[in-house]
Amino acid sequence: MNARFEYLLRLGDDALILGQQLGLWTGHGPVLEEDIALTNIGLDQIGQARAWLTLAGRAENDQRDEDALAFHRDQSEFRNAQLCERPNGHFGDTIVRQFLFDAYAVPLHAALSQSNDAEIAAIARKSAKESVYHLRHSSAWMVRLGDGTEESHAKVQESLDVLLPFAGDLFHSDAVARTAATEGWGVDPANLREAWEHHLVQTLTEAGLKRPEPAPEQCGGRIGRHTEGLSFLLAEMQVLPRTYPDAKW
Amino acid sequence: MRNADDWLALLHQVPDPEIPVLNVVEMGIVRNVEVVQNCVEVKITPTYMGCPAMDAIADDIRAQLTPLASEEGRALKVELVYAPAWTTDWLSEAAKDKLEAYGIAPPGKTTDKRALSGETPTVRCPKCKSETTELVSLFGSTACKAHYRCNDCSEPFDHFKCI
Repeated sequence: MNARFEYLLRLGDDALILGQQLGLWTGHGPVLEEDIALTNIGLDQIGQARAWLTLAGRAENDQRDEDALAFHRDQSEFRNAQLCERPNGHFGDTIVRQFLFDAYAVPLHAALSQSNDAEIAAIARKSAKESVYHLRHSSAWMVRLGDGTEESHAKVQESLDVLLPFAGDLFHSDAVARTAATEGWGVDPANLREAWEHHLVQTLTEAGLKRPEPAPEQCGGRIGRHTEGLSFLLAEMQVLPRTYPDAKW
Repeated sequence: MRNADDWLALLHQVPDPEIPVLNVVEMGIVRNVEVVQNCVEVKITPTYMGCPAMDAIADDIRAQLTPLASEEGRALKVELVYAPAWTTDWLSEAAKDKLEAYGIAPPGKTTDKRALSGETPTVRCPKCKSETTELVSLFGSTACKAHYRCNDCSEPFDHFKCI
């Protein structure tokens, strides 16, 4: 197995799927500012996805470029965490999903900034500035919704109860992750859990939200096992380039 | 035959597509210009990873410089690089003044990390210069800006985020 290719796909697919989902908020945000914020964050994610997938393509000897990887793979070939493919739902669902991801992305990008691979470190350093800003936004909304009205509190608590187990994939360690860490160009995500936990507990306390009882974690995204939502998302995202493979703008 | 400095001077004539009051060199997007054998190599870096203007910027640079390079029998190559990561520190004081005159509150210094850690920095209204302003949204009309409002003159304006 090409560990480098697999590892970069994970990074790229997380960003791609989350970015695509956030793009679906265009014109549907609860207020204009949030419409712009969610799509801005989506744009950052797509930008990060392009960089990771380009690097992934190179890792398999330039067989595929970023577009081939994004638009011409089937569901079972995607390596994103299941959390990223959870449906947008209502605004609270999207915020909780984003918060759980951002709190992971910040220590991830910080750690990857120390990669012994110059290209990985460069993308990570660039992304780190963005993920810190994203986390500031999603954390502020966690507090605002959790500490808001009775209705916003109840809704966001429910979102958290449903989505928290899906964070499992983010910290899943396997041979690919360990190879990345041992060789020094990547990190073992298991080592990021502590920083994530710390921010999670801090924010939930501030938001007056209750951490749900521990439930079995959902894993499988990293080996291509996905939930139903991803097939619909890919169908919409891929239909044009798959129908007209050589189409140019 | 033009040397690297001549090409850099020509790049000063390529405006930023989103903020046309600044050119791509003043924005800090152009990182390096080199003449390597028969090729003029321009390295550019994005302000934000997903900046949708990057393709337009590369196209603009090619459109303006390719004919000039061809005259000298040279090719023009525009390459995207990520390191070192773009920072608002690369905007000169003169560029910041132009931004303010254009109606965009310029960024402060990145050594001032308050914008990232959650504290709100003091942002001056580009219209009436009041410092009694408030953050409306962390995200503005483009990825590199946040949205503010002046509490004195009521002007809504963009603030160039400090990164």
